[in-house]
Amino acid sequence: MKDIIKIENLRRVFKSGEAEIIAVNDLSFSVPEGQFLAITGKSGSGKSTLLYQLGLLDHPTSGNITIADIPVEKLRSDDRTKFRLNFLGYVFQDYAVLPSLTAEENVMLPLLMQGIEFSKAKEMSDSALQKVGLAHRKGNTPSQLSGGEQQRVSIARAIVHNPKILFADEPTANLDTETSRSILTAFLELNKQGQTIIMVTHEEEYARLAHRIINLADGKIIKDTNL
Amino acid sequence: MPEKKTWFQELKTAYNVGFFLAIRDIKRANKWTTALIVSVMVLTFLNLVVVSGILVGLIEGSIEASKARYTGDVIISAFPERQFIENSQEIIKIAENIPHFDALTWRYTAGGKIESNYKDTLEKGEVVNSASGLVTGIDPDREDSVTGISEKIIEGEYLDRSDTDSILVGKDLLYKYTPIESPGFQTLKDAEIGTRVRLTVNGVSREMTIKGIIKSKAGEVDARIYMVDSELRKMIGRTDQNVDEIAIFLDNSGDAIEAKNALVDSGVGLSAKVQTSEEAQPKFLKDIKATFAILGNMFSFIGLIVASITIFIVIFVNAITRRRYIGILKGIGISRRAIEFSYILQAIFYASMGIIIGLVLVFGLIKPGIAANPIDFPFSDGILATTAIGTVVRIIILMFATVIAGFIPARIVIKQRTLDAILGR
Repeated sequence: MKDIIKIENLRRVFKSGEAEIIAVNDLSFSVPEGQFLAITGKSGSGKSTLLYQLGLLDHPTSGNITIADIPVEKLRSDDRTKFRLNFLGYVFQDYAVLPSLTAEENVMLPLLMQGIEFSKAKEMSDSALQKVGLAHRKGNTPSQLSGGEQQRVSIARAIVHNPKILFADEPTANLDTETSRSILTAFLELNKQGQTIIMVTHEEEYARLAHRIINLADGKIIKDTNL
Repeated sequence: MPEKKTWFQELKTAYNVGFFLAIRDIKRANKWTTALIVSVMVLTFLNLVVVSGILVGLIEGSIEASKARYTGDVIISAFPERQFIENSQEIIKIAENIPHFDALTWRYTAGGKIESNYKDTLEKGEVVNSASGLVTGIDPDREDSVTGISEKIIEGEYLDRSDTDSILVGKDLLYKYTPIESPGFQTLKDAEIGTRVRLTVNGVSREMTIKGIIKSKAGEVDARIYMVDSELRKMIGRTDQNVDEIAIFLDNSGDAIEAKNALVDSGVGLSAKVQTSEEAQPKFLKDIKATFAILGNMFSFIGLIVASITIFIVIFVNAITRRRYIGILKGIGISRRAIEFSYILQAIFYASMGIIIGLVLVFGLIKPGIAANPIDFPFSDGILATTAIGTVVRIIILMFATVIAGFIPARIVIKQRTLDAILGR
């Protein structure tokens, strides 16, 4: 399989006064298209920071990131936003659904931004909600949905525009076991359909559902396991 | 990768998404918060339109009073170097035949003085209690039917033709209403309805009784002494039919300038001074009007700054409290421009609501209300002076200020780093 992500000598250093904290320390690896990759590690190991670099939400201090053959670290701010819209999908730890929009409207938003017509976007949104089993709650606002349902909305929003890569940052952290399993089942289904997924988690049990686990400590890879 | 869009297509998409977000943000916002913001905008609009409108209207009221009670639409008066309007009766006939003529009244005038303590023996150093003003002879019925001056009698009664030894005194000549004691201007003390006063005109003195006091809020009227025209003519020895002033009133569709031109073209300008009511306004009134217009504009400008700051604060607080929301929008790929549009559109919504409600209040309630019950200022019956053009200009300025005040805070928050916004750092 062709590599969808390639990173070389990636570093992210935070400065706190005189002190320097190396969150990501000279990482190099690649991710083939269609892979379900789990990044694990203890708190402070740099796993979320790595995800933010890969997802273009943060800038690396040094190193190269290539996604779909595009060297993304050189993109300007507006182009990074455009790149996220067209290539990437995100599932955040705390769902990050927009409170003033219904489930359907939340999911439609990236499509409208891509210039897709309202009726078509609505149709695609309904289909994505159907995929995550939430079609019946499409008219509800986040305040009317449970945590698990909000996370499903978040997943539907992340996949509705067929992104090249789906990023998930601790997607089950705020959910009970049963809901967590259903979310991961949804991920596995998507992955079966060819979706590349990169998921950060600190729970070994869920990480083992992926094809590959990268284990981080102090910003370095201490273990890279293909399952 | 979707196909590359043109700049215009990107702008259109950003606008559509901004509109989509703004509509839903407004629809699902707290109703009380929205009501509060709209109320602030309504008050801001009223501040822009009403404050300056009342300032200008205060003088407009005085000008309107002067037109209604004194000059009419066009006033013909004697040249300064002449004692009266020559060929007055011919001129009256011409005036009655100009287009849109409605009514006219003529007056005789002469400088005069009234004294109230003329019977007392003055002690050494004591001055005569007197006041000077323009004594005006009128046909009481005609004058009232044209100017409605009898409605402005605040004490006593109006004249009738048989009142040969009575006068009406303007309130500006009475100490009771105008308590001024300056070396150059004296008002009459100890004078009330029924008081006998000595009126001196052209060296001729007569005892007269004060029958009424006028308060018309037209400076020229309130500083005059009115009496029946036949009596004044006797005092000034006017034996012909020549008068000193002719006030011409036109119907509602009449135009003062056209009427003046018609009179001048008929040769009236050769015998007398022909002026529109506006031209006949005293210079100080024109100056005050201009001053109040400047003041009104200054207040409007301050109002506009306040409005801009209000919108800025509303949008800034809204954007700051929703910093994470903005971060998420950017995180999922919503463009900076679309988010800015959404905030600008929200600002426009608040301003539009304020303007619409403000317009209904101004033109549906406040303006007709004040027109029916003018504000009782000391020197005028204040009206609300608003023009369609002036209001439209204020709306455009308010909208422009709103767009800027909505854009800047949104821009400040949007420019923050996406990840920091999402993580609330």
